[in-house]
Amino acid sequence: MTVLAIEGLRKSYKGHLSITTREVIRGLDLTIERGEVFGLLGQNGAGKTTTIKMILSLIFPDAGTIRIFGEPNSSVTVRARVGFLPENPYFYEYLTGVEFLDFYGRLFGYGRAERERRAARVLALVGMTERAAMPLRKYSKGMLQRIGMAQALINDPEFVILDEPMSGLDPIGRREFRDIILDLKARGSTVFFSSHILSDAEAICDRVGILKDGRIGTCGRLADLLTSSVKSWEVTFAGPTFASLQLNGFSGSLLSARGDESLVRVDVEADLARLLDAVRARAGRLIAVAGRRDTLEDLYLREVAPAP
Amino acid sequence: MKVLAIALNTFREAIRDRILYLLLVFAVLLIGSSRALSLLTVGSEEKIVKDIGLAAISLFGVATAIFVGVGLVFKEIEKRTIYTLVSKPIVRSHFILGKYLGLVLVLAVNVSIMTACFYGLLLVKGWADAAIASAVFLTLVELLLVTAIAIFFSSFSTPILSSLFTVTAYVIGHVSWGLLMLAERVNGLGRGICHALYWCLPNLERLNVRGMVVHGADVPLDQVLTATVYGVSYTIIVLGLAMMMFRRRDFL
Repeated sequence: MTVLAIEGLRKSYKGHLSITTREVIRGLDLTIERGEVFGLLGQNGAGKTTTIKMILSLIFPDAGTIRIFGEPNSSVTVRARVGFLPENPYFYEYLTGVEFLDFYGRLFGYGRAERERRAARVLALVGMTERAAMPLRKYSKGMLQRIGMAQALINDPEFVILDEPMSGLDPIGRREFRDIILDLKARGSTVFFSSHILSDAEAICDRVGILKDGRIGTCGRLADLLTSSVKSWEVTFAGPTFASLQLNGFSGSLLSARGDESLVRVDVEADLARLLDAVRARAGRLIAVAGRRDTLEDLYLREVAPAP
Repeated sequence: MKVLAIALNTFREAIRDRILYLLLVFAVLLIGSSRALSLLTVGSEEKIVKDIGLAAISLFGVATAIFVGVGLVFKEIEKRTIYTLVSKPIVRSHFILGKYLGLVLVLAVNVSIMTACFYGLLLVKGWADAAIASAVFLTLVELLLVTAIAIFFSSFSTPILSSLFTVTAYVIGHVSWGLLMLAERVNGLGRGICHALYWCLPNLERLNVRGMVVHGADVPLDQVLTATVYGVSYTIIVLGLAMMMFRRRDFL
């Protein structure tokens, strides 16, 4: 079942004094299926937040359609099934954590007992039960991110939209957020999130899309986009210098040399055998041979790097 | 229920803001000191006390309506709290209505406190009468309208501009009756324009019976009723316009 379907989305912003316009999104198409964790990647200013805001009807597209669960995204009933955590969230700082979640619970029309039950559940989920009585103005950035996640999940949403959810979190917090997202997926929710932290995206996404020039350039399952075979090797050896091996027509290069240790990249398998033989022939000591696979970072850099 | 949630949250925000207390304390002090001021002036002591008391209630009410009202919507957008709010299952007009009702609740509490102090002072002196209630009630209706105007401007403009526009609308509202007098002195197109402007602009003087009350005149009930219908109808129209402006606004 399709959870999100975007077709031909366009959005431009007016410049200074409304004389100039800058088209940020230029014909974006995207489909997200139920149960997926989708990562929207792109450089700063690529239009990730603009896209998310259009999905949530916070801003309106110049052209194109957005449907969530088959209904127009402006539908109020659809929004009851969606959870949203904005980037660097700001909240009513005069409220305590409990009052804050109670307020959002009211916006879904829940009764008092239901609100209390749901608030307790999401507070426990984001590890904020102990700080729930504190006013939000005393929260750290990471705590605000957590309570923000709690309000996004108060309605037990089927579709969760997270804008840069890991920003502002320490490594432990990032790990916990990753676990929360994976837990959402395990319970059948669909997750759409934007990020520029590629390691997080690689760890939790089923599919990624890279936003470039206002469109989704590369999009697909990580397993399909990243070749699983080893692309190159890194060989560390001690003893002879790389130059002294005199390998003619060698496909790799010396990456670093420290003391009598050398680190060499090898691009072709046949050259790997030649290098190992040469090291042994010179009575060198082999320290490590590591195969390097394609990473999301490699793919991302290939996609967003400006054309030469 | 959802509108009420937003209204109560707006109320909570206002009562946790110290500036509001400062305004209220200042107003109560002014009402309290009207007795002292009356001793320094020539004329009837009762009139002076009533005049200052009613003026203080109106002035501090209007100040609260304008300066809290213009910031209500803007602050939500500026602080980006609106992102999580509008993405919940509410329609945007509920947001405007909730914000409006929240501030009206604040004003109702403020005016009640100021009126209680004022009435207490009048009771001590034996000057309390029912007409005072009519004047305070119509002041509250005026505040309903001024708040709606403040929210209307703030639905598409910055707080500074909205304050300027609302204060201008308030001043015009108190002199717009002059357009009818002007219409009698001009002919043709000029008269038509004067009449059109009079019917478009708010006439806040219809809601001002403070002068009558201070001078001991009775305020007929039908006058209070028609003024209330006028004020509430105008408020509904202005709020409707605010909701229309807000419906297609981009939250950048």
